[in-house]
Amino acid sequence: MADIILSAQGLTKIYRQRSGRFGFGSSQIKALDNVSLSLKQGATLAVVGESGSGKSTLARCLLQLQPLDAGEVQFEGRELGRLTGTELRGVRRHLQMVFQDPFASLNPRMKVGEIVAEGLLIHKLGNATTRRDQVLRMLQRVGLAAPDMDKYPHEFSGGQRQRIGIARALVLEPKVVVCDEPVSALDVSIQAQILLLLKELQLEMGLSYLFISHDLRVVRHMADEVMVMHRGRIVEQGEVAQVYADPQHEYTRNLLNSIPGHHRMATATT
Amino acid sequence: MSELLHLSGLTITPWQQPARRLVNDVSFTLESGRTTCIVGESGSGKSLTALAVMGLLPMGLQRQAGQVMFQGRELTMSSQAELQQIRGKRIGMIFQEPMTSLNPVLNIGFQIGESLTVHLGLRGQELKTRVAALLEQVGIPAVRANSYPDELSGGQRQRVMIAMSIACEPVLLIADEPTTALDVTVQAQILQLLAELKVRMNMGMLFITHDFGVVADIADDVVVMFRGEVVEAGPVDQILVCPQHPYTRALLDCVPDAEGLKPLKPIDYAWLA
Repeated sequence: MADIILSAQGLTKIYRQRSGRFGFGSSQIKALDNVSLSLKQGATLAVVGESGSGKSTLARCLLQLQPLDAGEVQFEGRELGRLTGTELRGVRRHLQMVFQDPFASLNPRMKVGEIVAEGLLIHKLGNATTRRDQVLRMLQRVGLAAPDMDKYPHEFSGGQRQRIGIARALVLEPKVVVCDEPVSALDVSIQAQILLLLKELQLEMGLSYLFISHDLRVVRHMADEVMVMHRGRIVEQGEVAQVYADPQHEYTRNLLNSIPGHHRMATATT
Repeated sequence: MSELLHLSGLTITPWQQPARRLVNDVSFTLESGRTTCIVGESGSGKSLTALAVMGLLPMGLQRQAGQVMFQGRELTMSSQAELQQIRGKRIGMIFQEPMTSLNPVLNIGFQIGESLTVHLGLRGQELKTRVAALLEQVGIPAVRANSYPDELSGGQRQRVMIAMSIACEPVLLIADEPTTALDVTVQAQILQLLAELKVRMNMGMLFITHDFGVVADIADDVVVMFRGEVVEAGPVDQILVCPQHPYTRALLDCVPDAEGLKPLKPIDYAWLA
């Protein structure tokens, strides 16, 4: 199919850890167990699961930030595992990531302008003047102002930092953005702002999102398709509306039943 | 039902800037056997309100005005020694971060037993039996008493925190966002557990959260706070079904619904001011 931008087949990742008395033994954890997926151009695919389900490992393996034990990843028809270092670096511009923790993912010693410009520098895009323009435009687009370029991350609130994180990823005009729990560290009121911003930017820039979250309420609003992960496996996948209306797997049903206030909120809000 | 906790005109300011009211004229009543949720965003003063009840305000902040009546007794007039008698015994508290609120070098059995020794003078076998019973009560096998916090998952640690807070069978439990760091399924279990304990022990519960979904699950009464002030308070059904204040409505509107029926609406602060 032509409109699939990122796909993966049979991804497997095994973590080995020392165990037993004095760590002489070793045990294996299958963080990813034969995971396949395909992300359509301009669409949002959500990966849902609890901590330890392997969803963050999946994100890292897709972007080749971690070596895989088995499986293949294709981006625009190119097999990422076969690319040389230089080729991979070139492709990386189009595969960006928005991280969960807006406090840990921004370098506290760099100014916001430098953080957002760093990707442009690494990929040698434009000159100093055009870079500054691009950074400024991106920051303004996510709701920050020109004077903010010279501030440090600690001067911003959690929601604003997440905006900086989004600007950092999107200034490169990527094609695929992996959002790893982008709003789970934020208050509900700030969540709504960031989610709407992500949606607007998706339309404007034609982005495809891989959206990782444990919050099914958020996923319902963001995603077109959803994959439910449990202990490294995909237990269910399909269109969001369908999976929510008629969950097939026991674990999915359990997750849906755990949504806080799902009995009362539905009737209460009009 | 009897009046358990009554706040009237509670006002908190920094020592240095008495005009800056972080919590401004907050009043509400909590009855035993009921749950009151304080809902608000970060910076709304909801955690400070809870800390002030216990007399545990951070350095540099003062209770400038107002009273905290607990079981007909003025807590703000009590000495530190009297407060220490009450905290952990008649008022239990659960903090937000299960990862940082436990001591990593002591096993969980010791940490749960500590308040039993201090307040009730339990020792030896008697103490062991009681700790084992508490662990079972929160759904952790009693053999885990010798485990250290790093050997437990986030949900289990929060259960340990709950076991600690209910050890002396408090009449009031204060829970400051006890589930925000947890997975949804674990969150559902913890909320269920708290609701059961509340009924079994006829506790009053003061529950702090920013998530209206959680409110809908657990609250009897709701107090909505915004910039240090109570903007609306009432029974949960009334607040959820027909919120009166525009801020309450805005806060409800920004919670995404699981059906995906209503559009997401961020809070328009300019309009509120």
